[in-house]
This record gives sequence, structure tokens and C-alpha cells, in this order.
Amino acid sequence: MRLGARLGKLLNAPGFHRPALRSLALGYLLVLVILPAGGLVWSALAHGPVVFWRHVMQPEALAALRLTFLVATLAAVLSALFGTVAAFAMTRFRIPGRGLLDAVVDLPFVVPTAVGGLMVFALYAPTGPLAGATSALGLQVLYAKPGIVLALMFVTFPFTIRAVQPLIEGLDLAVEEAAATLGATRGQTFRWIVWPSIARGVATGALLSFARALGEFGTIVIVSGNLPYKTKVASVYIYGEVESGRPESAAAVSLVLVLLSAGLLLLSDRVLHRKRRGRRVPVVETGTVGAAAGGRR
Amino acid sequence: MSVARDLTTRGGRVAVAATTYAYFALILLLPLGWLAWEAFGFGATTLLEKLGSDAALHAFWLTAVIAALTAVFNGVFGIALAITFTRQRFFGRSLANALIDMPFAVSPVVAGLMIILVYGPRGLLGFFFEGLGLPMVFALPGMVLASVFVTFPFVVRELIPVLEQAGTEMEEAARTLGAPPWTVFREVTLPTIRGALAYGTALTVARSLGEFGAVLVVSGNIALRTQTAPLFVYQAYADFDMPAAFAASLVLILVAIAMLVLLGIWRRRRDRLERRRV
Repeated sequence: MRLGARLGKLLNAPGFHRPALRSLALGYLLVLVILPAGGLVWSALAHGPVVFWRHVMQPEALAALRLTFLVATLAAVLSALFGTVAAFAMTRFRIPGRGLLDAVVDLPFVVPTAVGGLMVFALYAPTGPLAGATSALGLQVLYAKPGIVLALMFVTFPFTIRAVQPLIEGLDLAVEEAAATLGATRGQTFRWIVWPSIARGVATGALLSFARALGEFGTIVIVSGNLPYKTKVASVYIYGEVESGRPESAAAVSLVLVLLSAGLLLLSDRVLHRKRRGRRVPVVETGTVGAAAGGRR
Repeated sequence: MSVARDLTTRGGRVAVAATTYAYFALILLLPLGWLAWEAFGFGATTLLEKLGSDAALHAFWLTAVIAALTAVFNGVFGIALAITFTRQRFFGRSLANALIDMPFAVSPVVAGLMIILVYGPRGLLGFFFEGLGLPMVFALPGMVLASVFVTFPFVVRELIPVLEQAGTEMEEAARTLGAPPWTVFREVTLPTIRGALAYGTALTVARSLGEFGAVLVVSGNIALRTQTAPLFVYQAYADFDMPAAFAASLVLILVAIAMLVLLGIWRRRRDRLERRRV
């Protein structure tokens, strides 16, 4: 009997396939996600909360966490701001070349992070085209915070644009026209008509960007120089701890990072998309943005 | 229409457009273009020579193998998970459902660390595999595990809404007519999900091709053994071998653009298939 037929017969046996399927699926989840996550928690807390706390409170770890928080906040705010402007330009104002712009928005999702880091590096390196301009401004980009923020802005580029675009497309121009005919100024129309409809998208974009920025590694490790206390972010610190054979310390800092970004993603999920039945949620429908951030949430 | 146009002044429109062009140029297009420009500056012969080196060829081959294995694993088990979550009720279902998304909340480096902690020589399962003479970490299996972990939710999250929306009527009808479970799956369920499955798998491949942090931690980054293409780029950069770093980057960018085009096509196909069903 062919193997396929034999397998089919087994699967078709009454009362077999449902529990079998469930065990297979949940076993996969267990081995690939639950056990690794449990391993992290165990490794971080196995020696008690005091040791965990000492690992997290190590000056270098603390400095790395602080820096991560700072650059992630900056990148999220800038990404949300410019992303919203860009979304308006691309959908409402129909600027020339918007088709091309729209086609390249998702590139940071498919470009490997190491390559993204190399791009930023090449652009601001002493031999790069922007080296003269930045040094004239007295601004050090590479091996400094601006470089990290620029790298993070590259990585988080699609989030806000993709979250806000469909909301702007969904705006009813007639409502704005009505507001204008009733004597509302442009500012008032934006504040009371447009903003309430897109605020959710902007917030989603900012939160997703922040969560992504917290964990980013590939681009930063190339542009930041990884100087302890100065430009070493949490993910790079964790990598260093793993490489130096200190997995418990790495796990402790990792746990803080994971809890923070998991909490944020839950927040964006629960608070921002209260109506999340089915899949007609704007952020979700925009394809790779969800994926980039992490999927259809 | 004229009123709507008046809502924003001409000056405002110009400012918004200028900001947008500057944003795209500075963050996205200039870095991309400059990398390509500088790469071509080395000359085609140098680039091809660097790409033809044993280490580079092996790295690209390894990347392709890992991406293919990841797609197969997460494709097959993604279907199993999605069907389980939409067609069965069991204890701990909503908790397990929430855990599916966990890999997306985790930094790639932390993902790598998690794999090491469980599958490393001192880990719970690694100990077992080590005993079998099958090391997981610093070898291909661990790299596949890391890649599977970071792409875990893509296929499942694509399939669950489709299966929910499709409902169970068709499957039940087939069953009532006497079709055994495997036939129901092949003839009813699979055609329903095929658009979403293709798209989710493509997302998995795209992410897996570029995965860097998790694979770096797990693989040990050994040239000709556990070095993938993104790791090759990083190593070349660290060794100041810029022509090699740029040459490999250029190839990865071209692959990325191809993936983006493919994703666009398959996303539209998925939406078309879904609209037809509804």
C-alpha cells in the first residue's frame, strides 16, 4: 500500500484525527514557543528574585536599558510624525510619484537588518555623501545616538504609514466640506473631524514602532559602535552576555525587554482595536505592516 | 470638490509633499541607493569574485535551505494549529492562542537565547539530543529552530481568520455525504485556505531569508558551516572586507525586492480568492 494511502487510512480512522491533530499542533507550539519562553523565565529567575534584580541593576545593563528606551521613544515619535505626514501626502494629496513611494514603503520589512545597518553606515561613513554635511553641522551620526535613531527609523518605516493610510482613505470628504461650510477653520476641521478618525492608526503605528525598536539588533550592532554606557543598547548587551558565557544575566535583561514589548503589543491589541472581530481591522489589512511588526494582530 | 481642495492651502500641500519626499529620501531611498552605488563602484569583476567565493556561495545556499525548511515546517504545522484553534475547543485554548504571537514580541537576540537555553548542550531538550549525538546549537537544526521561532505566527495568523470566516458548513456537508476527514481536508478546507496559505508562507520565507540576530546567536557564525548570507554580510563588514559585504548586500536587496513583488501579487490573489468565496 502507498504510504499516502496508509497515512490517509490512519487519519480517517474514527475518533483518531481530532485528538491527533490537536496533539500535533499543540506539541509544536510547546516545543517551539512555550518551552523556549519557559526556559528564559526559568533561567532568569532560577536563582531567586534577588539575583535577577542584581543582573538587571548592573550599571551597564541599566545604562543599556535606559538608552534603548530613549532611542526607541525618539524613533517611535519621529516615525509616527513623519509617517502620518507621508500617509496624508500619498493618499489625500496624491503627490507625484506616490505609486513608486507606495511600492517601496515595505522594503525595510524584507531587507535583512544587517543590510539595513550597512546602508546607514555607508551613507554616514567618512567616505559617504552625507559625512560632510553632518560634520559641518557638528553632528556625529555613526557610533552615536543619531545613527541608532536613523537605523530605527529605517526599520520602523512602514508601520505608521501602513496603519494610517487606510484610515485616511476611509475619511469622508463630505464631512470635512460640511465642517468648512459651517465655518470651521482648517485647524478646527483637522482637530475635530480628521484627527479623531486617524488617531488610532497613529497610536498603533507609534506603539508598533516602539515595540520593534526595543528589540532591534541587526542594524544597531553595525551603526552604533556598541560602546558600553554610551551606545550599547539592550539587545547588543544581551548578545554580549551570551557570548561571554553569562546566560543568566542575559536572560534577566531579556525578560525585562520581553515583558515590556509584550505588554505594549497587548495594549495596542486590546485598547486600540476594541472591535477586532474578523479581519476588517485597518492595520491588519495592510499586509506586510502587520507582518513586519509582527503579524495580523 | 473645490471646497475640499480649499481645506488645505497650496503652501500646506507643498510643505506636506516636500516633507514626504525628504522623509523617504533620507530614511529609505538614499541609504538604499548609496549602497548600490558604492557596491557598483567596486566594479563588476570584484563583485562577482566576492560572490563566487566558497564562503559566499555556501552562505547563500545555507540561507535558502533554512528558509525552505522553515516554510515547510511552519506551513504544515501552521495549518494544523489553525484548524485546531478554529475547529476545536479545549482547555487552555485562549492562553495557547495568545502564546502564538509571542515570537513577535521578542527581540531576535532574545529568540536566539531562548533556543540556546532549551536546545543548548545544557538545556532541557538539548541535553537529550546531545546524547543522541545530534547537536542542535551551532549547527543547522538550531538555526532552523531559530528561524521557525521568529516566523512562527505568520501562517497561523493568516489562516485563522479565513477559517473562522469560512465557517464549518461546507466541511460538515462533505462529512454528512460520507467523506472521510482527510478527504474533507483535501477537497474542502485546503482550497479555502490556499490563498492565505501562500501569502503566509511567502511572509515566512521573506522574514527567514533576512533573519540575523536569532541565527547569529544560535549558529556561532562559522564560515562555510553555519554562516548564512546576512551573517556573511556582517562578518565581511567586521573584517573590513567592504566589497564582499556590499556585493552580498546587493544580492540580498535584489532578493528582497523580488520577495516584495511576490508578496504584493500573492496578497492581491488572496484577497481575490476571499472575495470570490464571500
